[in-house]
Amino acid sequence: MNNFGYLRAGDVAEAVRAGQAPAVRFLAGGTNLLDLIKYEVEQPAALIDINRLPLRTIEAHEGGLRLGALATNAETAYHPEIAQRYPLLSSTILAGASAQLRNAATNGGNLLQRTRCLYFYDPASPCNKRAPGSGCGALGGVNRGLAILGASSQCIATYPGDMAVALAALEARVQVSGPAGARTIALADFHRLPGDEPSRDNTLTPGELITAINLPDEDFSQHYTYLKIRDRLSYAFALVSVAVVLRLAADGIIAEARIALGGVAPKPWRVPAAEALLVGQRPSAEAFGAAASRLLAGAVGQGENDFKIELAHRAIVRACWQAAAGTPQSQTDKHIR
Amino acid sequence: MDNATGFSNAALPITLTINGAEQRLAVEPRTTLLDLLRETLHLTGTKKGCDHGQCGACTVLVDGQRRVSCLALACAHDGASITTIEGLGTDDELHPVQQAFLDYDAYQCGYCTPGQICSAVGLLQEGHARTRNEIRELMSGNLCRCGAYANISDAILSVLSQQETV
Repeated sequence: MNNFGYLRAGDVAEAVRAGQAPAVRFLAGGTNLLDLIKYEVEQPAALIDINRLPLRTIEAHEGGLRLGALATNAETAYHPEIAQRYPLLSSTILAGASAQLRNAATNGGNLLQRTRCLYFYDPASPCNKRAPGSGCGALGGVNRGLAILGASSQCIATYPGDMAVALAALEARVQVSGPAGARTIALADFHRLPGDEPSRDNTLTPGELITAINLPDEDFSQHYTYLKIRDRLSYAFALVSVAVVLRLAADGIIAEARIALGGVAPKPWRVPAAEALLVGQRPSAEAFGAAASRLLAGAVGQGENDFKIELAHRAIVRACWQAAAGTPQSQTDKHIR
Repeated sequence: MDNATGFSNAALPITLTINGAEQRLAVEPRTTLLDLLRETLHLTGTKKGCDHGQCGACTVLVDGQRRVSCLALACAHDGASITTIEGLGTDDELHPVQQAFLDYDAYQCGYCTPGQICSAVGLLQEGHARTRNEIRELMSGNLCRCGAYANISDAILSVLSQQETV
């Protein structure tokens, strides 16, 4: 691994100040960043170590919960109040990575993980995300895992994570501190589509540091699921994943529905118009199928990943049934009934 | 020496407690915990498999929690307590998980074994696994290319059931 400078930040202000320098990166859990440095995809001049900053607490906030940016994925998933009030988030985090990585990876870092597109990871290949203007090796190449929605002619990478998919369904908000002060970003606006600038994964500006993720005061603990379809049953990235939360009225009619897709687009994918189709409906194959079709409107395969369109349709319908029945998929028992 | 951005990339003084003994060390920023253990401290029980966090062969306990040491910078862990396979038991008295791996023949070539054992010790301390399925899921970060998985889960299950009957 190439060497780099190192600064251990003493407070948020020092981190933000140091983070504005060119070619520096914040170091939290490091589980993705150090891997990228080993591959020379990232070549930072210096790492700003933020691990000693007081951003690790999980606490009550405006009726909901505030997750410190440095709380680990494991601390978050197993936190009693999150398991009880936001079981979708617990289940989703536990569907990702391995126990070792979840012990190190942080909530803030999880949002910032980069795509696992093979061309992005291989500095010998063209990649507009890694080296703007160099082209896209995945178009017409090995693209089985890549995007069917939201891609551009320059980049078909997917956002690889699980946690952000649940956070999209839960309508979490990301708190950041930066040179211009603090602000809050809706999760839906945090990641961005590649367009003609695929090197930018998100809407953070230089020096901005994630300090917390806020979960709103809402109860989706009865009708939820995170269904993750992947090539092996554990420790693999999603080919397609679906986070669903439903609110059912006493008569069983759907009062509210949110569906977020992972593994299919450059960001967690939500389509409010598709969710609106379910409101006022009774759970049914027809209603769920119509919502799935609307969610996948405009989906385009790139060859190897054509299968994802039908796979996503079926996964959405199945996840909606699981959520409606209150039988979320267990990340331990892989049998789907 | 300061690099172009004014941040120092010189070796940093750190203190680590490794298998119970405090060590004062100087490490370059880029030095991983894995390379420090193997190359500087010659604790070669911790294995380098993929060096990319995908195989779990380098699993150690950091402040009691299992982590992959290949994706951990030594300098960022200043003050931490590290337990490696060398620190789990003694020749005369093996750690219960080490003994179980012997009793259940939970390895073939043995390369992944130190990581498997450290990971299993972490798993047992976490307390989230109660069944074989849960052990399998929560050990998925440790690959065994010989395919000794069935015996590995037997070994861990045996320690788990001993713990539960105590």
